[in-house]
Amino acid sequence: MPPLAEITQLIVFGVLATAVVVGALGVVMLPNIVYSAFLLGGVFLSVAGLYLMLNASFIAAAQILIYVGAVNVLILFAIMLVNKKEAMGASPGIGLRRVLSTGVCLGLFALLLRVAFSTPWATPGPAAIGEDAVIRLGEHFFSDYLLPFELASVLLLMAMIGAIVLARRDVLATDIGTGESVDQGLIEKARTPLLMEKP
Amino acid sequence: MSTAFTLDLETGFRGLLEAGGVSPGLSRLIWLPLPMLLVLVAAVVGVLVTVWLERKISAAVQQRIGPEYAGALGILQPLADGLKLLVKEDIVPARADGLLFTLGPVLVVVPVILSWLIVPFGQNLLISNVGVGIFLWVALSSIQPIGLLMSGYSSNNKYSLLGGLRAAAQSISYEIPLALAVLAVVMMTNSLSTVDIVDQQNGAGILSWNIWRQPVGFLIFWICALAECERLPFDLPEAEEELVAGYQTEYAGMKFALFYLGSYINLVLSALLVAVLYLGGWGFPLPVETLAGWLGQPIDAPLVQVITGSVGIVMTVLKAYALVFTAILLRWTVPRVRIDQLLDFGWKFLLPIALVNLLVTAALKLAFPAVFGG
Repeated sequence: MPPLAEITQLIVFGVLATAVVVGALGVVMLPNIVYSAFLLGGVFLSVAGLYLMLNASFIAAAQILIYVGAVNVLILFAIMLVNKKEAMGASPGIGLRRVLSTGVCLGLFALLLRVAFSTPWATPGPAAIGEDAVIRLGEHFFSDYLLPFELASVLLLMAMIGAIVLARRDVLATDIGTGESVDQGLIEKARTPLLMEKP
Repeated sequence: MSTAFTLDLETGFRGLLEAGGVSPGLSRLIWLPLPMLLVLVAAVVGVLVTVWLERKISAAVQQRIGPEYAGALGILQPLADGLKLLVKEDIVPARADGLLFTLGPVLVVVPVILSWLIVPFGQNLLISNVGVGIFLWVALSSIQPIGLLMSGYSSNNKYSLLGGLRAAAQSISYEIPLALAVLAVVMMTNSLSTVDIVDQQNGAGILSWNIWRQPVGFLIFWICALAECERLPFDLPEAEEELVAGYQTEYAGMKFALFYLGSYINLVLSALLVAVLYLGGWGFPLPVETLAGWLGQPIDAPLVQVITGSVGIVMTVLKAYALVFTAILLRWTVPRVRIDQLLDFGWKFLLPIALVNLLVTAALKLAFPAVFGG
């Protein structure tokens, strides 16, 4: 590999790693939840960049499609439909809580560092297979990883059915939120589109 | 087939440089930005042409004349538009969020321009024949809603916020049938690469184009592409009568121009991709090998290579602009749908149809592997 490519790789890795770490810290620490959500998108994109550097272009594209295009957009949707402008109010004992959570996080971080440094990593790892990765992934999904793959699908299906049941109040005998029995008014309320004025 | 078109500009250019005593690494470094620059220029010129077409065709539809004085037939009008937007004052509203307000339009435009990476104009005439090809475009186009939400939110204006939410909702709803339609094509090709997708369609000229094997997929893709571009009948996010201009309401000057540019680049890109996926890409209605055979010319001769390469570029652009013409005509003909109709149509009609199309394609592929790519 020519030195030019190595230098470029090093620079790109530095930029991406910094973006991931700084962005992740911003997600946790910024008081404005909208900024946190947008920064989360940035972190996902940077992680996709890291996958690209590992020659895993399909995983990188899937990361963008699922995490940025679906998960992050849904988070933003939730925030913007709730649309509370005021900042989070001060909870009682916020100082103590911050100290405690910082302590827990630092402890976890120390533990992870210990593991990272004490594990005998087999570097360099197996060579990247590049463009054939899609085919290999498909083979694994339909052979030895079939069960985890199907289990994940069943989990998602359960989540989807659950969400539909919660959102459609008319399929339940009583309303989950208030406990009152379902009448015509509630059913109509459930059918009012979110983005439309009531007629 | 793939060895027939070997018009390879990179090898030629770098060979020329290396013959002049430039090291291979340096010649690669000099070559790298050239196709990117060329495609960027092509994209911008494509937008200027589309804007001019839009003005002229809308005028013809409404029995007006349209732009006339800026150049012959008003051909310089888009340039004048661009120049006007370029020198206009750039206003950030006082209570807006300045950082997100600036970042929003950038996030909308950059993924669209990046997607030009995979548009092939010939066997070797594309920036990068990446293995994930068309999937990269699907992934990149999913970044756009974030930019739209960002600009809608940061404008601090209720119309902007509603427009941004509508745009994002529309974009994520129509992405799924779009991806499923692409998946059916990919299934027939056995590859995600755009070059392979075109190669697979050019065995027998016009008869082997994907549109005959995927008529439903073609319609789904075209409808969804129009919805992703926010073209009428799906331009709810900027519905003037309801939302002023949606998420663009507070934007002026160059930031507005970025939205404008982004939407037209996206339209041209979608048209190009429809041409690539369903209309045989750079293929001539008659296979060029057959034509060269009739004329008694060897297909590998340099002159024949240059001619077939040029024919390929012309065919791609021609097909794409025929589709752009359809899109413009649609825009000035049909009325806008309501937001609930739009979402119902996307989730309750297009999505099931796209799934059925995918399943039928899979079944046909198993039953007739010769025709549907075994």
